[in-house]
Amino acid sequence: MSQIAIIDYGMGNIRSVQKACEYLGHTALLVHEPNALAEADHVILPGVGAFADAMAQLRQSGFDVALRQYVCSGKPLLGICLGMQLFFESSTEGSLINGIQTGLGFFPGLVSRFPANLNVKIPHIGWNEVQTSPSKLFAGLPPKFFTYFVHAYQVSNTELPSTIGITHHGKPFVSAVEQGNVMATQFHPEKSGSVGLKILENFLCLNAEDFTARAKGKLGTSKTGGVPLC
Amino acid sequence: MLTKRIIPCLDIKNGRVVKGINFVSLRDAGDPVEAAQFYNQAGADELMLLDINASHEGRSTMLDVVSRTAEQVFIPFSVGGGISSMDEIKTLLRLGADKVSINTPAVRNPNFITEAALHFGSQCIVVAIDCKQKEPGHWEVYVNGGRVPTGKDALEWAIEAERLGAGEILLTSMDADGVGQGYDLAITRQISDALRIPVIASGGAGKLEDFSDAVIQGGADAMLAATLFHFRKLEISEVKKHLASLGIPVRMDY
Repeated sequence: MSQIAIIDYGMGNIRSVQKACEYLGHTALLVHEPNALAEADHVILPGVGAFADAMAQLRQSGFDVALRQYVCSGKPLLGICLGMQLFFESSTEGSLINGIQTGLGFFPGLVSRFPANLNVKIPHIGWNEVQTSPSKLFAGLPPKFFTYFVHAYQVSNTELPSTIGITHHGKPFVSAVEQGNVMATQFHPEKSGSVGLKILENFLCLNAEDFTARAKGKLGTSKTGGVPLC
Repeated sequence: MLTKRIIPCLDIKNGRVVKGINFVSLRDAGDPVEAAQFYNQAGADELMLLDINASHEGRSTMLDVVSRTAEQVFIPFSVGGGISSMDEIKTLLRLGADKVSINTPAVRNPNFITEAALHFGSQCIVVAIDCKQKEPGHWEVYVNGGRVPTGKDALEWAIEAERLGAGEILLTSMDADGVGQGYDLAITRQISDALRIPVIASGGAGKLEDFSDAVIQGGADAMLAATLFHFRKLEISEVKKHLASLGIPVRMDY
């Protein structure tokens, strides 16, 4: 029986993610200890809240190290909303040092607030369209679909090679990424109706054998000190 | 581009869906969780679960209904009716609600809006306003399920609610509610023009054009309806096709 671990690090309502997994016929555990990741076959990092607080929580609990080890095991990892943002190198949210907060660094680039001059409402809340590129996460879905978003910070660099979803809110931003066994959505699949459930199902059906060593090797960023992640 | 939302409202009493016509003469329309699942599949963008007894009888909202809904329905949903404490909000959000709607307690203690918004985030705090036209261009806020006039002007109260931290306004016109002759476009327009946060039009939807009028003339971001959908007078899919035909962005895949 596949073990699904949802990381509970005190950031936001994560029961919905668990209930969605259960609805799909899987048992998902809320885990509070980094050691639990070693036993898991699927890990989900959800989260609503501020980047700096979340990173502090992950570091303090040791989940940051455990997540890197988990990623290197080649097993699938899904980030949702703030979870996706934490996969990036850095964010301008909750700045303490030099205006930048360091993230987990699975993907290169910066998370920043939607610019104020876009003439759109911020936070970006509601249903919006995702334009996708071929991916494992979106397998079997149409090239464009609607999902539910709640966020004020975003990844601007849609040229990023791991981008698999782009959404427009005053300007284009990255709404989903996938690189080997690490994937993430800015939207909430657990609140995106049948489309969202299909995405979660796709994720839960993946396993380590679905990813090549080459894909794994591509992870990591310039800021990890020139040392490959794995 | 963000879509305009269609929100069926389940008025719930003793764990059953009912709908009051002008807030009285209730009719039973089934199990709320089944109704929620039905609307999820029918293309609802969001759901509102309203405990219609809670406000005036001091009844706490139906936690069991909320929990079961969260196990079966994977679109955002709000819970309203008699929510007056931080603990109640925390419980409801933990059970899986995405937003809470606050009405009478917000009027009685406006700081409650700020406290809730700071702690849980504005995105999950909806301020519900029930109002009745007093004179041309002016609407008065009513509380306790539409029973008690407050002397407050609806537009001024909406502006204050936004300033205090509300993430959204659910605006119900008591004159239009249950009549099926369309949303009250004048007050909807007044408030949506004055605010930056989304306004949900509520009360009076009876035909397709009422929804497009709410967007085009009323400036609404979302439209709530109950009776119309409960008795299948209109399907959500028909409403969305109609809105899309006028170039209004809606979510069509579900």
